[in-house]
Amino acid sequence: MCTEMARSSVGYMSEAREMENNILLSVKGLQTWFELKRWGFLHAGFVRGVDGISFELGKGEAVTVVGESGSGKTTLLRTILGLARPTAGKITFNGRRIEGQHASDLAWLRSQVGFVQQDPYGALAPFMTVDRILREPLIVHKMNEEEQEQRITEAMDEVRLIPVKDFLSKYPHMLSGGQQQRLVIARAIILHPSMIVADEPVSMLDASVRVEILELMRKIQQAHNLGVVYVTHDLSSVRYFSERVFIMYAAKMVEKTTVREVVQSPLHPYTQALLKAIPDPEPENAGRFRDIPIGEPPSLINPPEGCRFHPRCPHVIKGLCDADMPPEFEPAPDHFVECWLYQ
Amino acid sequence: MQNWLVRLKGLRRYPTLVAGLLFITFFIGLSIYAVTAIPYDEAIRLWRGGPGVWEDTPRNAGPVWFDFFTEGRTPRTIVIRSGDTGTITEEAVGDGMKLAEIVLPFQYDYDGFPAELRLYSEAQYQGSREPATVSWQTPDGRTIILQEDRKLKTVDTYYISQDQELRMQLSGMAPQKGLFVSPDDTENLLKGDYQLVLTTQVPETAELEAKLVVYGQLYGLAGTDHRGRDLMIALLWGAPIGLMFGVLAAVGAEISTFVLAAIGTWLGGKVDRLFQWLTQVNLVIPLLPLLILVGHFYSRSIWTMLGMVIALNIFSATYLTFRAMFLQAKEAPYIEAAQAYGVGNFRMIFRYLMPRIAPTLLPQFVLIIPLFVFLEATLAVLGLGDPTLPTWGKVIYDAVDEGALYNGHYYWLVEPAVLLMLMGVGFALIGYSLDRVFNPRLRTL
Amino acid sequence: MMRKLNQKPKPIADATAAGPEKASGPLLKVEDVVLYFTATQGVVRAVEGVSFELAHGQSLAIVGESGCGKTSLARAILRLLPRNVATYEGRIFLNGTDIMKFSDERFRRDVRWVKISMVSQAAMNSLNPVIKLGQQVAEPLLLDNRTDKKEAFERARQVFRIVGIPLAFLDRYAFELSGGMRQRAIIAMALIANPILVILDEPTSALDVLTQANIMNALKKIKQELRLNFIFITHDIATSSELADEVICMYAGQLVEHSTADRFYRDPLHPYAQKLMASVPTLRVYKKPEFITGQPPSLLNPPEGCRFADRCTKRFERCREEPPLFVHGDGTVKCWLYERG
Repeated sequence: MCTEMARSSVGYMSEAREMENNILLSVKGLQTWFELKRWGFLHAGFVRGVDGISFELGKGEAVTVVGESGSGKTTLLRTILGLARPTAGKITFNGRRIEGQHASDLAWLRSQVGFVQQDPYGALAPFMTVDRILREPLIVHKMNEEEQEQRITEAMDEVRLIPVKDFLSKYPHMLSGGQQQRLVIARAIILHPSMIVADEPVSMLDASVRVEILELMRKIQQAHNLGVVYVTHDLSSVRYFSERVFIMYAAKMVEKTTVREVVQSPLHPYTQALLKAIPDPEPENAGRFRDIPIGEPPSLINPPEGCRFHPRCPHVIKGLCDADMPPEFEPAPDHFVECWLYQ
Repeated sequence: MQNWLVRLKGLRRYPTLVAGLLFITFFIGLSIYAVTAIPYDEAIRLWRGGPGVWEDTPRNAGPVWFDFFTEGRTPRTIVIRSGDTGTITEEAVGDGMKLAEIVLPFQYDYDGFPAELRLYSEAQYQGSREPATVSWQTPDGRTIILQEDRKLKTVDTYYISQDQELRMQLSGMAPQKGLFVSPDDTENLLKGDYQLVLTTQVPETAELEAKLVVYGQLYGLAGTDHRGRDLMIALLWGAPIGLMFGVLAAVGAEISTFVLAAIGTWLGGKVDRLFQWLTQVNLVIPLLPLLILVGHFYSRSIWTMLGMVIALNIFSATYLTFRAMFLQAKEAPYIEAAQAYGVGNFRMIFRYLMPRIAPTLLPQFVLIIPLFVFLEATLAVLGLGDPTLPTWGKVIYDAVDEGALYNGHYYWLVEPAVLLMLMGVGFALIGYSLDRVFNPRLRTL
Repeated sequence: MMRKLNQKPKPIADATAAGPEKASGPLLKVEDVVLYFTATQGVVRAVEGVSFELAHGQSLAIVGESGCGKTSLARAILRLLPRNVATYEGRIFLNGTDIMKFSDERFRRDVRWVKISMVSQAAMNSLNPVIKLGQQVAEPLLLDNRTDKKEAFERARQVFRIVGIPLAFLDRYAFELSGGMRQRAIIAMALIANPILVILDEPTSALDVLTQANIMNALKKIKQELRLNFIFITHDIATSSELADEVICMYAGQLVEHSTADRFYRDPLHPYAQKLMASVPTLRVYKKPEFITGQPPSLLNPPEGCRFADRCTKRFERCREEPPLFVHGDGTVKCWLYERG
């Protein structure tokens, strides 16, 4: 399954590559900070939602961003979607800049990126019928009636909400969780975007339905050669969905590599902890303790000095990790880590 | 749409809602009846009065159903017109004059004395007036001269019961009593045929008309006020006027507040702060004193009042309630999704935010209508009501002004008050049960 | 990297309220428990005739997808019922005594929280924001004058130590704590009255992976040291294996399988359980996860016969009739495929 979409991942960071039309999304040193105001006008610090992140997404490539709550993954998504303004760094989509633009100048982006959200019921307006929900993006982008009809039928067909006629007049609460999420996916692809951004698309669905939805998304991605950024905290589902995985911690990307590498030889201590913490369903689990660091992820308002993980890290190097932020190292081909252990 | 049908079916489970609906349907029916049975112009004419309008009805009369509770038959009003049951005989007497005699007979067999007696006459001619004689004939054959040389004006009203000389003539008894008893037995009413005779000399070409009104003590379904106006006019018409005021004010205020809250909350920033500031300032301004000022110095027309009430209620406490709801609705994922696929501000406010909160608008709206109805009545009671319109508030004002309770005319005050209360209760019942229908979290209560 | 638990846990003096009765019979015996609710559309048959036994010292995981009735079952055991209950029947034997027969008042005084306590889904968000943590955790002991204040707070200190919260937090307020700490406080509150059975309903689903694992470690420690029995309810199959000696799988309000952990996680009996296990993505072992087509039946109008039949690939004639609970090896399964035992 992983071989069909194998792509060479060497030399991402060169400007030359950016010029080639193989790169869909390019993010360099992205920073999205939010200002905190006390009493409405006094400055009280910044929430560092995204604090220096760089990566590239090729056309038709699927990437998983793994992060827990408070890691900044949602802010990253919103920045890519143009819903949050970056405060520093560069971010380009299909060669066009997103940073530094006003929301009104980003209209072109809206039809290029589809958004699949976590809560399928919340993502659908409860007072709109299925038909209306799918029609809205088309109306906003000024398509004529005929085109609207065609696209709606196409999208419903693709997510297997058939027979289409039966569903069009239903309201979201009449659909099951899985059907609701399919509708959300249909809405995300109806403008024929070149990239999909998915925020925990299956975490609110039942176990037996998750796989179905993930497979559907995979199929759609392959059929239309879509780039996908899939954000989740569930590492176990990663290997079934994408080739590469990025691990986020406290608004930074601490490890970037392929799925196989991350399972077989995770390099960053945080990644290692994640892997140790996630159980597979085995009866032996009840009999053993897990060797993981204690503590909680740091606040994004006042992150610790130096490496953000150092207060919890079992391999912390005093004097180094607690003073300087580690840069990105590449200890193995196409395997990037931000950790002093790999200097 | 199906959503709503299912909800409506669920209404059967709320007896308070059904009760409230019954009340309000009653008032709507009353309004329809008022508007059709007594058309607007007619109602205004009857209410404002004018020449001859209030002649035929007694003043401060109770409703006819009071008779149920008293022994015997309480007197009703009897009207005898010269062109009708009365007779005119004319006899030429030379010099181009004629002697006219108008006889106005009636039968009196009530068990109580009339409230008042008045003789209306019209004598259409030029020239000087000859004196007229007014006499009264009792069933037991006596004739009492009421006046011997009354100079009849072109349009003349002879207030028989207020005639002090006549009173003295009747040994100090008020004429409406004294003319109806026998001198030997002054306690018991003499029933039978009475006659009033008016004789005068007029030119031959003169046209003469006379009308005797023997005012009863009861009239109509609701009684009459101090001017003899049938209270039913005001009670009936108070319904549509009150409803109209309440509904228009509620619509005008609530809907504007709703739309502005949506806009302010969505746009955030300066607009939101401005609207909030306006609301806070407005909350401090007292509504009633301001209305009193406007009513006193500018105009008391109901449309002015309505306009002011709406204007001052747009940035009210309800604004803050709606704002809180919109702030929460703004956080919904589907809003974010819509932003992602490019929905602009206008569409977002009107097609995405407002429909979400609109269902809660209905119970709020219903609960606010009685407040405005009461406001209108309050203004009338304070003397600021529209002077031309027959409303419940106006009736209460008149009743209080004329000392209704002091004088024992309880019905005058109680009737409009009860109607106001019932309307308030009706809307409250509907509003609170709608609140439970549309807000599922309240259902366990 | 992984330490093994002692096979024979060391006894602790005041560990449980169970005394000599402990020796005989199961800790908990649930027999034909039924729980129906009235809703606007009709009667929801949330729990339909569930029966199982739980021996002393064993922890039980109840797994199933949303709407299968597992939370309702927990509420039925603890008698935490909403106002719209239509039917509530069955027998629940705690150490041999049928607690269903207790009056509500006696149940409240003697069973709820004293013998059986519960940690709810996302309860950490329901902590009272205006009361200090120590006071809140001690509260179950202060009701009904069960103990005096001094002893209650001493006990609070004890449980804080057990669940791993620094003692300084006794004087803090709920909002000052992180999600993981708050959930530990909730667990402390459940342990404070020395119950013999603790029901955990999705205790960690709202937490991060690492925090979740830390709490599971704490629970394992508590299980070992206090010899407590847990009933662990979750839809996350993988996490359920962290604490389970036995597993119950529920579907559409019914118990469809009750097996040992060994059996369930390796080779479950019931076709639904098999499909459920197959749908869980695994990190370390490569396997293609499968999904189950269709949806669970509505609890308002459940179908005749086996409720899983129309989604089951192994169905046959017999399935038109509702299967009873068959005994198979160490466990029970509600499926005609196991008729011969």
